[in-house]
This record gives sequence, C-alpha cells and structure tokens, in this order.
Amino acid sequence: MSTVTAIQRPAEGILETLLAGQPQLPVSPLAWINALRLEAVNRLDLLTLPTKRNEEWRFTDIAPLTRLSFQPVRCATYLEPADIAHFDIEEASTRLVFVDGCYAPQLSVAAADSGVVVANLPTVLATHAIAIEAHLGRHAAFHENVFAALNTAFLHDVAVIVVPRNKVLVAPVHLLFIATQQQVVSTPRCLVVAESGSSVTLIEDYVTLCQAGGQEEAHLTNAVTEIVLENNACVNHIRIQREDVNAFHIANCAVSVGRSSNYQSVSVALGAQISRYNLDVLLAEGAECAVDGLALIASNQLADTHTCIDHTEPHGVSRQLHKCIVGGSAHAVFNGKVMVRQGAQRTDSVQSSRNLLLTRKAHVDTNPQLEIFADDVKCAHGATIGQLDSEEVFYLQSRGLSDSVARNLLTYAFGAEIIDRIPVASLKHQLEQMVLEQTSSKS
Amino acid sequence: MIVQDSKTILEVRGLCASVNGIEILKGLDFTVKSGEVHAIMGPNGSGKSTFAKVLAGHAAYEVTGGSVLFEGNNLFELAPEERARAGVFLAFQYPIEIPGVANSQFLRLTYNTVQAQRGMEELDPLEFDDFVREQMKLLEMSPDFLDRSVNEGFSGGEKKRNEILQMALLDPRLAILDETDSGLDIDALRIVSQGVNQLATQDNAIVLVTHYQRLLNYIVPDFVHVMEAGRIIKTGGKELALELETRGYDWVAAEYQSASENRLV
Repeated sequence: MSTVTAIQRPAEGILETLLAGQPQLPVSPLAWINALRLEAVNRLDLLTLPTKRNEEWRFTDIAPLTRLSFQPVRCATYLEPADIAHFDIEEASTRLVFVDGCYAPQLSVAAADSGVVVANLPTVLATHAIAIEAHLGRHAAFHENVFAALNTAFLHDVAVIVVPRNKVLVAPVHLLFIATQQQVVSTPRCLVVAESGSSVTLIEDYVTLCQAGGQEEAHLTNAVTEIVLENNACVNHIRIQREDVNAFHIANCAVSVGRSSNYQSVSVALGAQISRYNLDVLLAEGAECAVDGLALIASNQLADTHTCIDHTEPHGVSRQLHKCIVGGSAHAVFNGKVMVRQGAQRTDSVQSSRNLLLTRKAHVDTNPQLEIFADDVKCAHGATIGQLDSEEVFYLQSRGLSDSVARNLLTYAFGAEIIDRIPVASLKHQLEQMVLEQTSSKS
Repeated sequence: MIVQDSKTILEVRGLCASVNGIEILKGLDFTVKSGEVHAIMGPNGSGKSTFAKVLAGHAAYEVTGGSVLFEGNNLFELAPEERARAGVFLAFQYPIEIPGVANSQFLRLTYNTVQAQRGMEELDPLEFDDFVREQMKLLEMSPDFLDRSVNEGFSGGEKKRNEILQMALLDPRLAILDETDSGLDIDALRIVSQGVNQLATQDNAIVLVTHYQRLLNYIVPDFVHVMEAGRIIKTGGKELALELETRGYDWVAAEYQSASENRLV
C-alpha cells in the first residue's frame, strides 16, 4: 500500500482532471455507496500520486503516466459478441464482460443458478445488499492508497460473485475487462465472496481490443479487486494482464482468507508499458495460500508486482513463487513481503523470486522481505537473478537444436512452470502459446 | 565389431584443447572406423570427458591444436547442433534437467529437427508417440516418462536411459557415451547396455568413456584405450580392461614413460 504524505500537488494534474468528471456519476439509490464514494473523494484531497521518493514506489517511476491527461469514461463502446470471440475461455460457463469498466450485458453470460451470484452490482443489490455492504470497499483500504481511492470514487459497475455456503462451482467464472478507448481511465472493480465451505475458480482477464490501426495513445486501467474467503472455503484466482503495450495498468487486490481456507493465485503480466499489481493476502488460523506470478516483458516495459502475505494467526501456510523474464531494456520489479504476526505460531512460509534476464539492458529489482514477530515458525525465502544456463543451452544444441531455438525453449520452460499451475486447460494452452510467441520474438 | 575395409568415421590427430587457459588435451591421436566399439579408460582428470565435450562442441573448451575429421570433414567447422545433425551424439555424464518442457515435446522437437536436416520425414505428435513408445520398450521405460519434464526428478538410471532413448531416436553415426555406467545399479546397467548393443550396427561406431571395467562385460569393446595427462598412452583389446581392473593405471604410465625415454635415447 502506498503511503503518500506530501501535500503539494501540481495544479491541473491528472487527479484534478479526473475528479472534475466524478460528479457526473449517477447517484446510487443506496446511501452507503454514495457515502463510500464521497469518502474516497475526500481522501483524494489529501493524497497525491506517488513518486520514486516514496518507499513503495522507489523502483517504479510513473512520471510517463502523470505527463498524460486522461478522462473518465463517458460512454461505453458497443461491441458485438463476435468482436470478442477470441477471448473466449471454453471451460467458463459464466462470464461478465466490462468494456472500459462499464458492464456490457450483451456480451455477458451471467448466472444465478442454485444461489450462485455472478452479476453486475446493480442487479444484485436488491437481493444481496447486506453481504455486499459488509465487504465492498472494506478490504482494499483506500485511505493511504491514491489509486484505490480513485477507483472507489468512481465506483459504479462491479463484478460481484457470491458463492453460497458449501456450494462447489466447478466451471470457472470469467471476468473479462476490455479496454477500447484511448486517453481514458477505466476503473474495473470486483468483489468475490466465497461463503463457508464453498469453492470457486475465478479468471480475471484484462485485455485491449485494438481499433483499426492499433492503439497509439495510452489508456489507464485502475482496477480494484476484493476477495473474501469465509471459513473452509477455496478460491482459485487467475489473473491475466495482457493489455496493449502502450497501456498503463494499476491494480490493487486484497484477499481475506478465513479459517482453514485455501487461496490459490496465479497472476501473469504480459502487457502494458507500466503495470503495477499490489496483492495483499490476510491469512487467518490454519489458512493456506499459494501466490504465484509471472511477468514476461520486453522492449521498454515495466512490470511491478508488490505482494504482502500477512500471517495473523497460528498454523498458516503460504507458498510463493514469482518469476520474471525480462528482455529488451525492460524493467521488472518484485517486492514480496511475508509478515508473521506475534502469536502466529507454527506458520510455514516459503517464498522464492526467480528472475531471468535475456539481454544486457534488461533490469530487475527484487526484494523478498520476511518480518517475523512469532518464535515458533518455519520460514524461508530467496531470490535468484540470472541468464540462461550455458550447460542447458549446450545440451539442447547437442541434440540438434539451434542456439536460438534452444534459448527460446529454455526461456519458455522458465515461464511454463508458472503457467502450468493454472487449473484451466484452454487458458493454460492459450498462455503457453503466447509465451512461446513472446519468447521467440523477444530474446 | 572390427570390419575389414570399413570407412573411417573419426580421425583425431594431435588434438590439443584447453579450458580456462589450462591445457587438458595434449596431442591426442584416435581413430574410429564404422562398426567398432571403443572404450576410453583412465584416471580422474586424464581428459576423457574433455575429449567427449570437445567432440560435441562445448564452447567452454578451446581447441588449440590438431585436427578432427568426421567422415572426412573438418568437425571444427560445424556448430554443436550441426554436429548432432551430421551424426555425432554425446550421451551426457550428467544429463540436464529442463523443468517445464515435457519429455515428449523435447524428444519430438529434436527428432524432427534432425530428420528435417537429413531430408527425412518428420512425424506428427500421434505418429511420433507410436514411434517413441516402441523405442522405449527397448530400454524398458514406462510411457509415463513422456509426460514428465525432461529429466526432472528422474533417478540416475532413468536419466541415463533417457539419454540412450535419444541416441535411439537420433540414430547417430558416432555415439560417445560419457560415463553412462556411473551411478547405475546392476539392473539399470544391464538394460542400458542391452539398448546400446541393439543400436550398434556395422554402419555406426560407439565410444565408451568409463572408469569401470564392469560396463565392458555388457558392451564388449573392440579396442580399449588408456588416457593419461591428455593423451592416449596405450591401446589394446578387451583384455586390457581386465588387466587395468586388477593392476590399476600406474604401470601403464610407467611403461609409457620408459618407452618415451628409450625413444629419446
């Protein structure tokens, strides 16, 4: 989470331009939503955009973003189902599509069978207002986080998933966020509540749909996701960021993992010129999480992943493997904090950051952090940064593969270890193809 | 087997090579004809594995002198992958693990790459699957190995079998097996040796680099060479291996030493 204390703010900055458009949002019939937005707007008066002087942003310079001007989305682009057919994930029986952050019912296949809710916020407020009020805006803290506050100030459409008690949803839920307009800020938002004993697989998918001639100007995606696992629940969370290379992508995700629950997350960052993903996971007693990530970037892309796994109670288990494959003059950042609070005895945590640099100009900053305030724990962490192993390249060459094919295969294999952990076969295959194409062109 | 008037596959003359500026091979002579099985033995550090890697084209080894002809052509003009396609195969002492790449995918890629270079038919995944399963029977390998990552989590014996499987697929003219027997239990040694024996023909040749005579009970060599300080200092028949097993290497070195002194006198 960013902590922004500076008071000075340049006149007519990006925040002012955006906030000027905020009052045009339609008023919600629910007072608490209006109050939440207002609270966020008020917070924004005190917050500024982070700079490299801020500890949490010291490797990631968002100056290129602040130099541009963005507008809130005023009218949604109308798309036909055929326009987005190639984003289809066959295993997913339900899909919510948001175009520039606005819900697109004509593209969505919403479900409400046997009590499972997969729908846009206004549709479910009438039936699930209490559950939603208890969680929306309560997990992703925006008081110190300018981007989360900005998202909350523009709260309108929200992908809501509520899996009722003991319900096991076998088919994954696909949340597709499509950016189509240039020079706008979209504010995608998700809320997932997995009630006791339930199970769900969630695919959060960020894409750009290029207009003819391709995207030349940037857009900014500023997403917030909140995921709540009540006791003994299971959530598989797959997050794919494959936006256009001109895009700016900022996302905050907060996960609260209840007692004896299991949260599995795989996040893959391929797109955007600057992307930042903050993932905060709070673990209750006996809760388990696996938080894996892959950033595959080249040219002058920057991909920054900040995670915090917070063991607050005893017997928690966390596993994290984060990998970066960096080509061109790209820059990857990983900051992974594992916190073991006082009293969180018998915590078992393993964290690993592995990085592959493909060129001399590629750059990675990795910072695994372990903060332990309990005395009976098992924790390990480590980081490696390297190039392809010449013995491995030679082995493949000795089997007839050319130097470049050998290098591509090894690069692909490095990333495939993460992709393999995605439990959705068609998506896994799609990503493997993307990684294969990228590694062939980027090295 | 020794075949009359067979073609020379490999001709090494006065080979010198160094790694990190330290000379390891110091004028090595070695000739292999088709149909033959050669064993190169010698103490640790004598240069056996270096020789194997130089032949395969490892970049860390610098050739500083001498020549190597492979089927009459200068081997050093070929990149490692070109040597493999031309028919040089090295079974690694320590096969590399490649997590994330399925063995079947890897085997088919190498097979098809080499087939294409030789102007022969490539196989699609289904055809290849049938073909490779047939080859795996030779090595008593379970088809499960196709779905696992290349060598990842394989036992020592399984890795070596996977090497010989690649030899079977790539059908080399010259196969160099670098300590393929080390770390194998008796059953694995028998299986790997049977596989190699089945692959040996009149048209190819096999060079076994080994420390132990044990392997040579299973794969019977036509020639046994003793390597010492970067040269081959003695060559004999299969009975030489037995003598080395009982007497060690020192006497060979002493004999070589006095022979060269006599030459000087």
